[in-house]
Amino acid sequence: MADAEIIPLGTRGRPGRGSGNAKPSTAARNLAGGTAKKRASTPAGSTGPRQVDDTTQRRTPPAPEETAPAPEPSPSPDPTPASSETSSTFATDRAPGAGIPVGDWLAAFGSAAKELFGEAWEPRLAEFLAFLRRRVTGDYAIDEYGFDQEITERFLLAAIRPIAQKWFRVEVRGIENIPTEGGALVVSNHSGTVPMDGLVTGVSIHDHTGRHLRPLGADLVFRLPFIGDLARKGGATLACNDDAERMLRGGELVGVWPEGFKGIGKPYSERYKLQRFGRGGFVSAALRTGVPIVPCSVVGAEEIYPLVGNIPSLARLLGVPYIPITPFFPWLGPLGMVPLPSKWLIEFGEPIRTDSYDEGAADDPMLVFNVTDQVRETIQQTLYTLLMQRRSVFS
Amino acid sequence: MGRVVLVTGVSRDLGGRFARLVAEDPSVSRVIGVDVVPPRVDMGDVRFIRADIRNPVITKVIAGEDVDTVVHMSVIATPGTAGGRTSMKELNVIGTMQLLAACQKAPSLKHLVVKSSTTVYGASSRDPAMFTEDMAPKRMPKSGFAKDAVEVEGYVRGFARRRPDVTVTMLRAANTVGPEVTSPMTSYFRLPVIPTVLGFDARLQFLHETDLLEALRHATTAGVHGSFNVAGDGVLMLSQAVRRLGRPNLPLPAFAVSSVGGFIRQARVADFSPEQMEFLTYGRGVDTTRMREVLGFEPEYTTAEAFEDFCRAVGPGMVSPERVASLENAVAGALRSDRG
Repeated sequence: MADAEIIPLGTRGRPGRGSGNAKPSTAARNLAGGTAKKRASTPAGSTGPRQVDDTTQRRTPPAPEETAPAPEPSPSPDPTPASSETSSTFATDRAPGAGIPVGDWLAAFGSAAKELFGEAWEPRLAEFLAFLRRRVTGDYAIDEYGFDQEITERFLLAAIRPIAQKWFRVEVRGIENIPTEGGALVVSNHSGTVPMDGLVTGVSIHDHTGRHLRPLGADLVFRLPFIGDLARKGGATLACNDDAERMLRGGELVGVWPEGFKGIGKPYSERYKLQRFGRGGFVSAALRTGVPIVPCSVVGAEEIYPLVGNIPSLARLLGVPYIPITPFFPWLGPLGMVPLPSKWLIEFGEPIRTDSYDEGAADDPMLVFNVTDQVRETIQQTLYTLLMQRRSVFS
Repeated sequence: MGRVVLVTGVSRDLGGRFARLVAEDPSVSRVIGVDVVPPRVDMGDVRFIRADIRNPVITKVIAGEDVDTVVHMSVIATPGTAGGRTSMKELNVIGTMQLLAACQKAPSLKHLVVKSSTTVYGASSRDPAMFTEDMAPKRMPKSGFAKDAVEVEGYVRGFARRRPDVTVTMLRAANTVGPEVTSPMTSYFRLPVIPTVLGFDARLQFLHETDLLEALRHATTAGVHGSFNVAGDGVLMLSQAVRRLGRPNLPLPAFAVSSVGGFIRQARVADFSPEQMEFLTYGRGVDTTRMREVLGFEPEYTTAEAFEDFCRAVGPGMVSPERVASLENAVAGALRSDRG
């Protein structure tokens, strides 16, 4: 039995998985028995008391083993008493914290804080701690749509900003067309396989005007775990007339992408060709609330994930509108999810006023169709102009 | 001669408190409480009649006592207190049918107040952010209390059509919380570890119990016809509510939450009904503009304040605000002393 304890497997010689259990499983005992027999033939003299060394590995040749630990059998330099039952796999034996004094920890934290927050770290750290406390205790406010301004500004916008500015090098034009206050409806083209254009437009508007764009999203967005949650926290709500009108009445800057999945999931060959603008629900919402419609044209988003194929059967199975195939996805796996660094141009057109129409205008389908077409034409023409001005896709 | 008010479901906590509250109103001369079991607390000026609203005997009570106002409060949400789901459904649906049939036969009746719930709007991913009273649910509730509430509302609407001379006020109350409320929602929040649906965060609205009683009293005396959402101002996220409660939450995938919920129900730890799952996934918000402008009622507590009062009654959990604040001070102080 003593032979079995020589096996230097990191389990302090006892069979098992090193889980520290006093009683190993049958399988483990069988395994140990087998090896013990094998080793019993080689080290003849080492049948004495325990002389296991932490450093001994299974691979080490038996020669030094015989010479080194054999002379000092009982009170070995091993930190753990030889007779104790603790195995080296216990976390307490190996925890690094024991040897480092508290002062050193604090100094390390202090310098880390300095590194992270700069020289004026103390007030900023205090502010950060207060932020953490507010989050942990739930002491923050959200609006009725679930918009969490703090999280949006600190994390969501901060995460998208470098992508927008450094990766896509967004150039914004006509930002003065966004009203500085009061409700307005930003209507944009939709492209790029994933709704990156919405996020980038939101960041650009926030950085130039300080206003939050409140996107209207498809119900699929709110059905998905995590994404739906993030969308609500980021200020989105469901694209339905009730919510749109409610937000516009509340004086919010609402963003809508009337092409929906038809626009975002169109093949690369149809890039910059606007799809049907839904049923014009956004126009009737604007007419009912009398807010201006700001047409927005985004150039560059079409090229980030060129959609060359689709798997309709799998998409139907998963209940999503399309399964994208790009030249890089899914062939390159996660690497294929890196968007191509196209150059983006975002232009906000002159606002289309809706407050001059009379009361029942929203219920006049012909008028709604006309205004819808007007918005669509404006965006399409601006897209062509911007495409002419762009030198190449990536510059 | 003041009004004669009949209140159903008085042996339950909120019903009894409402009956006593309305008995103090100067315009009310008599309050009659009806329930299947006698109340356990002193009912004050309320006259208790032991009668089952599932039974036609209620007709005699309404006619005999010359009742002009009926407040229907015995639509119950907790199957546990009613003796199982079957008997709860019977009490809710058959009870309402019988009560309304009796009301229809009572010529003296002028006013009917029904306490309904915002669960009639259901909860789904296609919901608008805020439901107004004239919106229909996007997905009909298929089971449990929510279905009962929808059916009860259907019968009440039918009654309102058949007796146009009766003023029918239907109050759709948001989840009622407070120190003394027992509902599926409060027992959920009383769990030591709160299971939530992974990847979703529901928007919740709460109504304080005193506001609910006050709203019912207001509806009884004001006599405004129509349905009204009653909820505190503002919205809390479920994650936020759990954090304010200071209890750890356990995010589980949706299928696991329902099985854990079933286990919790079977172990009689809490009344965790399946229809709560949808609600805890998507949440719900209701618009209270009509409550203010048409009904003329203003709740005293906001959603956050009502929940805070509930938190105080439940007591702080493991992650109480005091502990977090002291930890924050300790960390900040330690770093400062190290530098100084």
